[in-house]
Amino acid sequence: MAEIRNFTMNFGPQHPAAHGVLRLVLELDGETVVRADPHIGLLHRATEKLAESKPYNQSIGYMDRFDYVSMMCNEHAYVRAIEQLLGIEPPVRAQYIRTMFDEITRIGNHMLWIGSSGLDLGAMTLFLYAFREREMTMDLYEAVSGARMHATYYRPGGVYRDLPDQMPLYKESPWTKGKDLERKNEWREGSLLDFAEAFARDFFTKVDEYETLLTDNRIWKQRTVNIGVVSPERALQLGFTGAMLRGSGIEWDLRKKQPYAMYDKMDFQIPIGVNGDCYDRYLVRIEEMRQSAKIILQCVEWLRANPGPVMLKNFKVTPPTREEMKDDMEALIHHFKLFTEGFCVPEGETYAAVEAPKGEFGCYLVSDGANKPFRAHFRAPGFAHLSAMDEMVRGHMLADVVAVIGTQDIVFGEVDR
Amino acid sequence: MSGNKLSQQLEERFGDQLKVSGRGATVLCAEIAVEHWLEVARVLRDEEEFSFEQLTDLCGVDYLGYGQDEWETRDATTEGFSRGVDALGPGRFRWKELPEAQHVENRFAVVVHLISIRHNRRLRLKTFAGDEGMPIVPSLVDIWNSANWYEREAFDLLGIVFEGHPDLRRILTDYGFTGHPFRKDFPLIGNVTVRYDEAQRRVVYEPVEIEPRVLVPRVIRDDSRYKTDDIDLAAGQAEEGAG
Repeated sequence: MAEIRNFTMNFGPQHPAAHGVLRLVLELDGETVVRADPHIGLLHRATEKLAESKPYNQSIGYMDRFDYVSMMCNEHAYVRAIEQLLGIEPPVRAQYIRTMFDEITRIGNHMLWIGSSGLDLGAMTLFLYAFREREMTMDLYEAVSGARMHATYYRPGGVYRDLPDQMPLYKESPWTKGKDLERKNEWREGSLLDFAEAFARDFFTKVDEYETLLTDNRIWKQRTVNIGVVSPERALQLGFTGAMLRGSGIEWDLRKKQPYAMYDKMDFQIPIGVNGDCYDRYLVRIEEMRQSAKIILQCVEWLRANPGPVMLKNFKVTPPTREEMKDDMEALIHHFKLFTEGFCVPEGETYAAVEAPKGEFGCYLVSDGANKPFRAHFRAPGFAHLSAMDEMVRGHMLADVVAVIGTQDIVFGEVDR
Repeated sequence: MSGNKLSQQLEERFGDQLKVSGRGATVLCAEIAVEHWLEVARVLRDEEEFSFEQLTDLCGVDYLGYGQDEWETRDATTEGFSRGVDALGPGRFRWKELPEAQHVENRFAVVVHLISIRHNRRLRLKTFAGDEGMPIVPSLVDIWNSANWYEREAFDLLGIVFEGHPDLRRILTDYGFTGHPFRKDFPLIGNVTVRYDEAQRRVVYEPVEIEPRVLVPRVIRDDSRYKTDDIDLAAGQAEEGAG
């Protein structure tokens, strides 16, 4: 009889379900995965080293490019680390704005996740639905920062500017006209807060729509139930955070357990799973979106009622306004120093973590007192999740690998850094 | 968080084996000698009063050039702007002109961030790898499995060798890469560039062509201005407690 040997196969880096540039070397016995060895680093840009070669305030833009679907959460971790080292607290309004935008980001991230991982497992419709709503989170980004993705909106000491009073309107074009134009502009007549409120209020029905498409869908359940089961003990051992940890039944969310920004004032709940399989993680993320919308509504209410500064008035860290700069010699000097040299940060080290949509995104900074970080290290949730790939797919069929990649919500910007 | 209680517990349990610092900071830091690294880690995971179930993060630090200032501000010079140009930051040299290795005591450190779900607190562990030519630290993979890729990363980027690691391969850099890019004596511009050569019909590796340059010199200014939000007050204060 002929000898039967295992078959080694490359999954990616050019595979639509590899979510970017994952090269997964799979050892297959028939269709069963015996071993999975992810090769990463194809998107490695040495961001940490670049951050070490630049003044603190010039690296915020790099943060957006880590997890490029949850941009502002990454900025939040970095900015918070700097603030901790400097010993400054941003104004309350800025904290509320950050809380709101973290949640907008979470919705945007989960939209991409549900769309793409649905698509991987054969749910085409959902992709179109999800991207319809994701567009609105992009519009919110754009209205506040001018950029649809890489916002660089959070700054040490607050946020770059206050929320605009006018949401940009769609103009008539061959693609948007008549009824369509009216519908698109309906929510945008007022301020950004009006738009965010209309979006968040309506979002609950949208999540219900996704659920009707997936939650009881036979094919979806066949592809996800009992796939990639992780026990709570293993989830902790493997460094899981975020929805991956909560899906295994551990109630752990930094927003609740180690609150930052304004999360201790927010009323929301942490959903947790029971079985630790792909389906439970799906349910957790679905519920997280509802909770995010709830948080957005609470922030909108507070932000409407409480105008105020959004940036600390401390010229050693935050730049003066244009008017001040033109008017005041001190302010001009500070402006010049900030944009040529940056600010020096007291010697010390810190670790700041935020509950990013994918899990714990942390920033470890070592400062030797200079205007550049001596060492910057970023803890990306996806890195730990992907390292468990081997354990999660072992013994599963080849097609389930796609489900596991989907459930891990991998983005290579943060895995490779 | 309950940093003081934890520091007390650590000191009572381990005594001289570790040195606690950063009591006022958000995360408590415990420095451990490399020979006690595994022993202490195991206790921190297993004993009830600590029960650090998860290793959230591990990274290496290269302390070469720590505290070095490229723009001397303590003494006045007559040279003006030339002050910021001759220094040895990673952005200032090429692969061919690697600076001569300086001897630095305790050059490489491994920093670990632990989290205890049960007690809801964090702890930072730090150890210095003794030999700077061949820094070796025992591997934590058996204690916390999540250390696996983090240690591979620290090996790849900083050349720290983890003894007992089951699969210590490079992880982020290219296949066949030379050097450890996050070391402070590795040039910021890198060493090779990759492109597809039309004539040879294959991917070729060439030395980088970028000029090394630094736009903003590294400056350390000692002052106490961050002690308070009020600038006027801070400006008037003496230079106490700087850094």
